[in-house]
Amino acid sequence: MEKKLSPKERLAIQRQAMPEQDATARAHNFAEVNLGFTEQLALLEAERCIQCKDPKCVNGCPVHVHIPRFIDLVARGDMASAAQSLLCDNALPAVTGRVCPQETQCEVECVRGLKGKPVAIGYLERYVADWAMKNHATVAAATPAPQAATGRKVAVVGAGPAGLTAAGELARAGHDVTIYEALHQPGGVLVYGIPEFRLPKQIVDLEVKRLTDAGVKIECNVVVGRTWTLGELRERFDAVFIANGAGLPVFMNVPGENLKGVYSANEYLTRVNLMAAYEFPQADTPVLVGRKVVVVGGGNVAMDAVRTAKRLGAETATIVYRRTLKEMPARVEEVHHAEAEGIHFEFLVAPLEVVGSDKKWVTGLKCVRMHLGEPDASGRRSPTPVPGSEFVLECDVVVVAIGTRANPLLTATCPELKLNKRGNIEVDENGMTSIPGIFAGGDIVRGAATVILAMGDGKNAAAKIDDYLRQAPVVAR
Amino acid sequence: MHRIVAKTQLSPNVTRLEVEAPRIAQIRQPGQFVIVRRAERAERIPLTIADANPQTGTITLVIQAVGKSTRELVALEVGDAIRDISGPLGMPTEMIAKGRALCIGGGVGTAVVHPIAQGLQRRGVSVVSVIGGRSKEWVIFEEELKRLGEVVVCTDDGSYGRKGFVTDAAKEILAAGGIDIVYAVGPVPMMRAIANLTRPFGVHTIVSLNPVMVDGTGMCGGCRVDVGGETKFACVEGPEFDGHKVDFDLLMDRLATYRTQEQESAARCGDDCRIGLQK
Repeated sequence: MEKKLSPKERLAIQRQAMPEQDATARAHNFAEVNLGFTEQLALLEAERCIQCKDPKCVNGCPVHVHIPRFIDLVARGDMASAAQSLLCDNALPAVTGRVCPQETQCEVECVRGLKGKPVAIGYLERYVADWAMKNHATVAAATPAPQAATGRKVAVVGAGPAGLTAAGELARAGHDVTIYEALHQPGGVLVYGIPEFRLPKQIVDLEVKRLTDAGVKIECNVVVGRTWTLGELRERFDAVFIANGAGLPVFMNVPGENLKGVYSANEYLTRVNLMAAYEFPQADTPVLVGRKVVVVGGGNVAMDAVRTAKRLGAETATIVYRRTLKEMPARVEEVHHAEAEGIHFEFLVAPLEVVGSDKKWVTGLKCVRMHLGEPDASGRRSPTPVPGSEFVLECDVVVVAIGTRANPLLTATCPELKLNKRGNIEVDENGMTSIPGIFAGGDIVRGAATVILAMGDGKNAAAKIDDYLRQAPVVAR
Repeated sequence: MHRIVAKTQLSPNVTRLEVEAPRIAQIRQPGQFVIVRRAERAERIPLTIADANPQTGTITLVIQAVGKSTRELVALEVGDAIRDISGPLGMPTEMIAKGRALCIGGGVGTAVVHPIAQGLQRRGVSVVSVIGGRSKEWVIFEEELKRLGEVVVCTDDGSYGRKGFVTDAAKEILAAGGIDIVYAVGPVPMMRAIANLTRPFGVHTIVSLNPVMVDGTGMCGGCRVDVGGETKFACVEGPEFDGHKVDFDLLMDRLATYRTQEQESAARCGDDCRIGLQK
């Protein structure tokens, strides 16, 4: 063990940069952009944490990872204990270490950020999570056994971030958990939405495997609302957690949106990620590889889509966003990566119409320039069109990434489930819906949000479901 | 995994597979479909459930071999398995409770008409079917439909039944009167022709659309169709719609989206995939 650093020495260490794949090279492949810390970088970065008595970073984390605890263990070089500590708080650390917006959650709270840069909590989390995957046997051997079987059965609808997290927690509490997943592969947005270059599918598979090893059962190709109704699940299980996700893509509602070459971001990304269309024709599912691709929207999904277009071989890949860089909801890191990869940005531009050829293929996106007016209800300055500024952006593929709305497929088959006016499921402070024993969380409750907020819902719901099951009388089925 | 328990060649490029899928067999309703993924790296493709047997836990899929994915599906033999089947998806057929229905099937669409006719007959609705194919060998599901009511067979070349298109026969039946509803499933031009035919008769006409799909749960929006000026997702709001309101031109056009890629894929797949394409 090395000698303990003095506070001054600790404060003198600069934040370590994430090694990444060269921008020019990576713009043409689907391999992961961030390469991960080496052990040396991790040890050095971990020393930067000053181990606050009242760590604000933990409060910033939706799943309340005991951040200083695992970082201290990293600094001591005790990776096995660091992994144990992290996994106890977070069911999917290799995922969150890659896709969480740490800069607005844990790291923004870091005291070291007051003078200089915060501790790279996300990079350290990823390092420990990857270490745990590489040293699976060591970690598994040290994992505490789940609590004694309670004999209670819980159904989880959807194997995305919320569902997987809840399932892991519930299994650890001794419940018999079955996840029903509509697609052929578990992971939800982690496999159909987030691209390989940001979150390799193998990482998701390994996280899922850890859950199934812990006793969680996953049945794919089960569409709740069709294959089974919610009522039927309620009869067969002691509790149900609905985490079926954000659902339907929102389109722009402009002329020309059904031309060939217009995609929802959901479809575009699902084809490329889940169905591996970037390997077509080795994989069977095709995607239109545009020469000039325009992506409408300014969130993380828009960034994923536009960077995907570039990698598929687009000569130009352009973001069209009606506000400015400052208002963009996408993570700063994603925007920086996109810029480095040669993505174009058209700020203060709004789409009016998709223009097509006589054969009904997309040939352009007619747009209008905008300027920012007064702040609206959301606090963002609302854009208004500049008269006479219409122009056509030449393109052959348009990807619409302006959000999603609740999918009514499940809720429509269960009229007694109370919804809000946007179609999202209403829950009480315990995450329980209007039907006793049925809980819900993630995007189907919140509307489209982030992976980690969904995971936070999953973790909280699992605790409340556990309480509910321990209080509820055992009913013979 | 879903084991194939029976396989029959119905026409030169149409194959019937009976596949294990107990839950779907138990609850499927006429008009519903499944999404099938044959193996790892294969496409997800929608296929209508042509029939089901809850006792044996099997469903019947009728597949026209046109591209790589469908050719590889029909190349499977009894004992082989399909990796993923998800469903039943889509809305069940809108059925009338009594009266007389005209069910029209063109080519492989006849297999989609079958469960509808079956459902109608079970409710006590009188069913008359008009089915067609290029020539005798292309006519499918005649026997099954005969068990449910009168069947008029049409062939383009007159090699079997009456010579001509299904529209000609349908027109005579409509003109004779007494038809309360029409169900038409077949190639897009056929469905459009039937919708145009029934419009002046004022008979409600339901068609089953087959746009490109990926997930089948409303998530991707690839299957969007225009019905009465509104965009609908065929996978969750359909696949059956009011034929008098469907924009068939748009459907046709969007179906051509991946023609180049389909040709590339089919060209690559070589000899293996010719199985199922006799002659």
